[in-house]
Amino acid sequence: MKSLAELAAIRERMKDKVVLREGVAGTRVVVGMATCGISAGARPVLNTFVEEVNNEGLSETVTVTQTGCIGICQYEPVVEIFESGKDKVTYVKMTPDKVKRVVAEHLKKGNIVTEYTIGNAQ
Amino acid sequence: MKELSLNILDITENSVKAGADLIFITLTETEETLTVSIQDNGCGMSPEFLEQVKDPFCTSRTTRKVGLGIPLLTLAARQTGGDVDIVSQTVEADPVNHGTETKAMFYKNHIDFTPIGDITETVCTLIQCNPHIDFEYRHTTLLGEVTLSTKQMREVLGEVPLNTYEVISWIREDLTEQYQSV
Repeated sequence: MKSLAELAAIRERMKDKVVLREGVAGTRVVVGMATCGISAGARPVLNTFVEEVNNEGLSETVTVTQTGCIGICQYEPVVEIFESGKDKVTYVKMTPDKVKRVVAEHLKKGNIVTEYTIGNAQ
Repeated sequence: MKELSLNILDITENSVKAGADLIFITLTETEETLTVSIQDNGCGMSPEFLEQVKDPFCTSRTTRKVGLGIPLLTLAARQTGGDVDIVSQTVEADPVNHGTETKAMFYKNHIDFTPIGDITETVCTLIQCNPHIDFEYRHTTLLGEVTLSTKQMREVLGEVPLNTYEVISWIREDLTEQYQSV
C-alpha cells in the first residue's frame, strides 16, 4: 500500500496552486456518463482527457467532469466543451485517440476539430 | 456492458444523482461467488418506485434517471444464476438512516460470468467526477483485501481537492499496487 505521507507531500506542493485555480474562469470538459455513455466507452474517454490535459500542462485552466444522459444516446460517447464567451462545442462518438487530437488542437490551440463535432455527424 | 466494473460505475452514478455524500462500494468474493454492494446515504426510493426500477419498460420519462442501469446489472447477475436485491429508505420515511443499497450476487464459475474488469479505473473516474463525495471502497478476495477511503485521504490532503491530477494518480497507483498482492 502506498503511504499517506506521499499525499502530505502532494498537499505541500499544491499549496500555491489551489489559490491560483480558484481565480481562473476556465474551460469545462463535460463527458456524458449515463448508462448509454458508459456502455459506449465514456470511461476511457474521460480518463484520457484527464491524462492529456495534464500532459499538455492545461490542468490549471481546464476541468474535466461528467454529466448524465443528454438525450443523443446514439452518438455516445458525447463530450461537450464549454469555454467562457464562446459557443458550446459538442463532440460525438469519441474515442481515446480522438481525445488526444481534441486536447492538442482545440484545448491547446483553440482550433475546433470540426470533423468530430455533432454538426459533422448529422 | 463489457465489464462488471462498468456496471458498478453506472449503478454508483444513481447514488450520485440521489444526492449521497457517502458511498460504500464493497466487493466480497468466496470460492464460488462474488457479491457487489453499492450503499449510499442519498434520498432513497419509495416502495412504488423500487418496484419499477428492475423493469426497463416501466420506466417513464420522468423517472428516466434509472433507465437501463438496474436491468443490465440484473441481467449480468441472473445469467450466472445470481440475482440483484435493492433495499431503500426515503429521506421522508427516515430522515436519519435514509439511502439505498443495491446488492448483486454472481456465480463466478458460470460460463456467463462477466469479468470484473478494470475496477481501479471505475474508482478513479468516480472520484475525479465527484470530489465532494466520500467513497469507501473495499474488495475482499480469498487472498486478501484492497481498500480505499477518501475520508482518510481528506484528513491528510486538507483543502487540496481529491480530483487534483496528482491525487488521482496516487489513487490509481495505490489500488494497482494493492491488487498486485491479492
